[in-house]
Parts: sequence; C-alpha cells; structure tokens
Amino acid sequence: MILKASNLAIRFGQTVALRDADVAISPGEIVAIMGPSGSGKSTLLHVLAGILRPEHGEVHLDEQRIDNLSDSRRSRLRLRSFGFVLQFGDLVPELSLRENVELPLRLLSAPRAEARTRSRELLRQLEVDDLADRRPGQVSGGQAQRAAVARALVHRPSVIFADEPTGALDSAAGEVVLDALTGLARKEGSAVVMVTHEARVAAYADRTVFLRDGRVAA
Amino acid sequence: MSVSRILLGLLEPSSQHGYVLRRRYDEWFGTSRPLKSAQVYATLNRLDRDGLISLAGVAAGVGPDRRVYAISEAGVVELDRWLDEPDVPEVTASRKVLFAKVLIALSSGRPAEPMLDRQRQAHLARMRELRVQRQSGDLLGQLDADFEMYHLDADLRWIDGAAARLNRLAALVNAAPDPAAAVPGTHGARQENR
Repeated sequence: MILKASNLAIRFGQTVALRDADVAISPGEIVAIMGPSGSGKSTLLHVLAGILRPEHGEVHLDEQRIDNLSDSRRSRLRLRSFGFVLQFGDLVPELSLRENVELPLRLLSAPRAEARTRSRELLRQLEVDDLADRRPGQVSGGQAQRAAVARALVHRPSVIFADEPTGALDSAAGEVVLDALTGLARKEGSAVVMVTHEARVAAYADRTVFLRDGRVAA
Repeated sequence: MSVSRILLGLLEPSSQHGYVLRRRYDEWFGTSRPLKSAQVYATLNRLDRDGLISLAGVAAGVGPDRRVYAISEAGVVELDRWLDEPDVPEVTASRKVLFAKVLIALSSGRPAEPMLDRQRQAHLARMRELRVQRQSGDLLGQLDADFEMYHLDADLRWIDGAAARLNRLAALVNAAPDPAAAVPGTHGARQENR
C-alpha cells in the first residue's frame, strides 16, 4: 500500500466528521471518494493528504507514519510526495501557466532547466503548451484545470489528491481534464484519490469508497 | 426495442436480404443483444403478412437468406407514424425492481441501506466498464455507452435519494395497518418525499 489510514476520527466542534474510517490505496491506484453532502469526503481527503491531523487513528505513506509529524515536516512531505487538483484550479494568478507548473519543482530546488523541460513536456501532453505564457485569468476554466493537472504531476508525486476536479467545468471540458488526470497518472504511476459527487467522474476510478456519516459504508 | 419497425426503417432506402438487415441491426443496435436469425425471419414474415413489406425477389441459392424484401407503401406510412409518434416516457420493469426491493426489505424489517450500497457499487462497476467502452469505441459505440451511462446515473441519484430517506420510508411502510392500506400510503410517501 502506498497510503494507508486506519481508525480515523475527527470532529469539528460537536460535529463528528470522520469515525473509524479505514482506507488503503495501492501504488498507482485511482480511487474515488463519494458520499452525501457532509458525509466527510473532503475531510477524509484532507486527513489522508496530511492537511488535517486526525484526533484518532493513523495515516501511513509508504510505511511511514505521517499524521504525527510536525506541521513543517508534513508541509515538506506534501510538497515532495503529493500533488493537488482542486475544484477551481487554484493556480497562482500572477504567474503564467508554465511558471505555475514549474512551481513545485522550483520549491523542491530542482534545476531551472529541468523544471522548464518537464513543465513543457506536460503542458504539451495536456495540449495547452501554446498557452504556456498566458496567465490563468487569460485562459478558459478547462485549460487552467489542465495546467493544474500538469502542476500536480510535475514532480512525479506518489499520490495526487483531487477535490471535485471538474466541479467548475461543463461535461465536455470535464472529460478532457479527467482523461488527462487519470491517463497521465496511470502512465506515470501516481495514485489518485479523488473526491466527487458525480458518478460519471467516479467511473474514471478503479474503485469507489462510499462514506456515510463519517464512516466508510462501502 | 421495436425490432419490426427498425427492420422496416432499414428496408426503406433499398430492398435487402434478411442477412444484410441482421448485420446492420447488430452493427447499430445489437452490441449487448444481437438479433437471432430466426427472429429476423419471423419478423419479416409478420411484416409481409401485414402488408408492410413484400417479397421483391429471390437470389440464387437456397434458404431464407436469399429472399429479398422491399418496403410497401403501407410500410412507409407505418414507418412515418412510428417515427413521428413520441414514445411514452417510462421506467423499465427491471429498474422498478430496486424500488420494490427497498419497500419489501423495509416492510419485512430488513435493513435496506446495505442493499442500496451494494447496488450503488454494482452500478458504478458497470459505469466503469462503459467508460472504457466509450473511450475505445467509435461514435456509435460512444453514444450507445452514453445512453446507458446517463440512465445508470439517474438510477444512482435515485439510490442516493432513497438512502437519505430510508428512516421516513420505513416508518411509513411499517405504519400501514394492513397490506391493502400500504398501497395508497406508499404512493403518498413518494409524493411527499420528492
């Protein structure tokens, strides 16, 4: 297992967001997390990604326990081992698409030439290389989201976390993004954990984890 | 699926052998359930009997494959009628089975939630198959897969809606004093829960 979580529990005030949740993700596996609103989908994703610390339970990345690391070590681990695709892309608006894609490698101190070559190759595979010098505000939502997929993949992470990655797109643009995300992740061997409320999006996954009231129901 | 009206439509552009009709039918509509030869010839015989098609000739050789059929004027009129008339919007019987299972489970004191969870996973597994099929298929295959995927998606929405209202539904089903009274009560529940 590349990612394994057991007995996860977390509350926000009086609200129990997760309880006794177990999840295991194999290397390269694509898993969808579904469930009604408020069932704990995004909370589970944030706990697995080391953004939130669970009150109970453990999260292991490739045999290493990560939930008990300090904030700075978890932050470093997220940068090195994880990629993120969020609903609205969340690219840095002041940077070009190319600079956005290069960003994780630059933060990891990769040589500039390597970052440039790798980002150019990914933008080409995602068919937005001709827009590389534009800023996120100058391209369509689908094009920006493809750049976000490139940014998530650029440093060859073990796991990509995607939270409603096509929630802001129409179905045609959404399919292009999902084809790109899942196709490239499979090609590069990254696992994908994807929160969605849409069955058509979940159909891109190898399997679906269904949450209800903070528990894994199926 | 109205096989007889489809065959009528396939015959309209030009007279055909039953074999050619079956091949075209399977190519367009028969991915999950190909047409059997016997069904083609039985349907053609029935259309001939009803005056909607007629025997236009017999090619050299033996067997039903050699008979060439042409659409008749009455056949064109019937084809026009079939194409112009909207179909009655309806849910197929197999889709109603899940609805029945939920009510029966609740009324017999069994938990319906695990059943809905299993059905959801089965639907999602089928959607994954269709997505792969859609990715590798031509335009016809893609539209065929889309048709089924959108219907499965609708089922899944129903499953989620039902799962969210199981407690109310169980209370309603089990409050019925006798089976006869359960029917109008159940109908009312569906209206109320929409």
